[in-house]
Amino acid sequence: MSNEMIYTRFERIWHWVLAILILPLLLTGFEIHGDYTILGFEQAVDTHILFAWALMGLLVFVIFWHMTTGEWKQYIPSSKNNLMAMLRYYAVDIFLGGGHPFHMTRKSKLNPLQRLAYLSLHVVITPVTWVSGLLYLFYTSWGDWGLEGLSLTVVAMVHMAAAFAMLAFLIVHLYLAITTSEKPFGYVKAMIKGYEQKE
Amino acid sequence: MNSHRRSWIRSLGTLTTLFWFTLSSAFAATQSPQQKVNTSTADHTKFEALQQEFATAPDVTKACLTCHTEASKQIHKTTHWNWKIIHPKTGQVLGKKRVVNSFCGSITTNYARCTSCHIGYGWKDDSFDFSSEENVDCLVCHDTTDTYKKFPTAAGHPTYVDKPFPKKSKKTWKAPDLTKVAQAVGKPRRENCGVCHFYGGGGDGVKHGDLDSSMTNPPRTLDVHMGVDGLNFVCTECHSTDGHDLKGSHYTSVGKDTHGIDIPGRDDHNRASCESCHGDKPHEETVNNKINDHTNKVACQTCHIPTYAKGGVPSKTWWDWSTAGRMDGDGKHLKMKDENGYVTYVTKKGTFEWGENLVPEYAWLSGEIRYQELEERLDPNSVVPINTFKGDYNDPGARIWPFKIMRGKQPYDKGNNTLVISHLFGKDSEAYWKSFNWNRSIKAAMDAAGADYSGEYGFIETTMHWPLSHMVAPKEEALGCNECHSRNGRLAELTGFYMPGRDKSDLLDIIGWLAVLGTLGGVSLHGFGRVFFSRKRRNG
Repeated sequence: MSNEMIYTRFERIWHWVLAILILPLLLTGFEIHGDYTILGFEQAVDTHILFAWALMGLLVFVIFWHMTTGEWKQYIPSSKNNLMAMLRYYAVDIFLGGGHPFHMTRKSKLNPLQRLAYLSLHVVITPVTWVSGLLYLFYTSWGDWGLEGLSLTVVAMVHMAAAFAMLAFLIVHLYLAITTSEKPFGYVKAMIKGYEQKE
Repeated sequence: MNSHRRSWIRSLGTLTTLFWFTLSSAFAATQSPQQKVNTSTADHTKFEALQQEFATAPDVTKACLTCHTEASKQIHKTTHWNWKIIHPKTGQVLGKKRVVNSFCGSITTNYARCTSCHIGYGWKDDSFDFSSEENVDCLVCHDTTDTYKKFPTAAGHPTYVDKPFPKKSKKTWKAPDLTKVAQAVGKPRRENCGVCHFYGGGGDGVKHGDLDSSMTNPPRTLDVHMGVDGLNFVCTECHSTDGHDLKGSHYTSVGKDTHGIDIPGRDDHNRASCESCHGDKPHEETVNNKINDHTNKVACQTCHIPTYAKGGVPSKTWWDWSTAGRMDGDGKHLKMKDENGYVTYVTKKGTFEWGENLVPEYAWLSGEIRYQELEERLDPNSVVPINTFKGDYNDPGARIWPFKIMRGKQPYDKGNNTLVISHLFGKDSEAYWKSFNWNRSIKAAMDAAGADYSGEYGFIETTMHWPLSHMVAPKEEALGCNECHSRNGRLAELTGFYMPGRDKSDLLDIIGWLAVLGTLGGVSLHGFGRVFFSRKRRNG
């Protein structure tokens, strides 16, 4: 049995802080959208704004970390063959008890499918959420920024679409993270302790 | 022993303090209404010109003018005097002298009754001399005795001998002691403005909805500015004057006061807007600054006047003239009341509906008010707006305002498709309140106004918008966000812009939720599949 450090301390911290921030953001976001009432509109908006700023603050550090450590390279898409192997694993082998085609290492934490998924999260869903969210928040300043032509309807729609995408992403993420490790909750434990336990 | 004694003295001290504190706070609480200190440098009881018996009210004015030489000339320039105002943006001639409203219609041919609220004497027909200085009524605004009252049918004069009113009733309308009144003049109080503005449209609370007799001495809970147990504002605190010209006419409503807080020497000397004192970013800034952001599109009044007609006086919401004229079997006038004691029918005026604690209706207001003119064509198949305030989401000068919307049915010209006015009041047989003949009454008034009348009348439903600015609630009663930011909130009917919590794209929501549920279904199936196959493997 050997333990290998997969997730550094900062990585684990930002992952969990992100988790703590994103769930209330989704919850309050859909409340502001008018889908249900939990906190009430005003409290929901207060919370949404507060958590949004906290998340943006966190992201500044995370981006800095990715850039300075070179961790951003983890998201570079792998070859088509590897991607097919991964798809084949989730679509077929996982049912038949076949082994995972890739093994997590410190240098390569993400399998080919994850690389693609997180890349789209980081370069599409997240930026779209932030840009639309900030425009939404500061819609009274559009005039000063030379954005008079912008439509609040469009900005709100884009922000909503990003929220739906984020929610769908989260569902798949939770499913795979919780259930697909060799040992029960293996990935969750790894994200807490930093080490992946191996036989 | 000593320590016992010390602690006893300490308790006594505490008790005494407590006693005085309780007493003083109880005293402070009963010390209302606050009296405004009279800071005038003139004692009118000492004025020589006022040491006389006055035969008529204009004689009092002549005496006033001996010192206040320019007063009448100032009054002559005001809307209060002329009942006429040219709108600065539209150029439309407005004012009581010109507009047709949905209450008694128009002052034309009804002068002596209507002008009991004119700040002058003798406007009994259209020959009234608007340049007369002695016919300016100083007393109605400056009386402080509450004994000076203009007689309801005397074209602005008080009565000079005690008279019954209403006619044939046992109620006596007292003649004022003009000398006493003249010697006691002072600055206008809420009562002075109220004698007309609280009773517009023919009775207490009829017209405005946010102005009625409950505002004479309102508690703070009714109006946070005028509350006698609070700031105790009089009307002129906000409706500031400059040479007798009062600011804040609803004919020149300003959708958005971009001046912010008025600074002497730099601004418009007009305190008749919330922003004049509160600025345009009045709320404490927190991480959520959205409430201050709202001031660009939402008037202060919209959130801070959650309900109106809330002082115990109902406001009229519906007036149907088409049912007027019914009598009982003996040819006597009818008067009906509902279970609240509200008058629901009178022969002279038709059917009414009233309301208390009313929720305002909301519309954009740019300040470009327009009235339906007498000879302007109307659409007989729709509800006719008597006035509109123009504005929409894209108009930077417009904001969402709260309104009382007066609804009802009033006579119109079926042949010409125009509004009509009618001759209601008078001793002649043309007067509707004498002969109850609409055709003759309309013809008389239209002829007098020089307007064309086809001879065929009908009744048409109209709306009249009254922007609300009074009965501002204490801040803890201001509307919460969810009052509007919800699917069927207060602004449900205002379209053309996106409002969070109210609006959504059904298409996007369907696609979004399908994607989310599809994902959830997908991973569930995947999971069950894995469990199923792993069991099969184990068993097989």
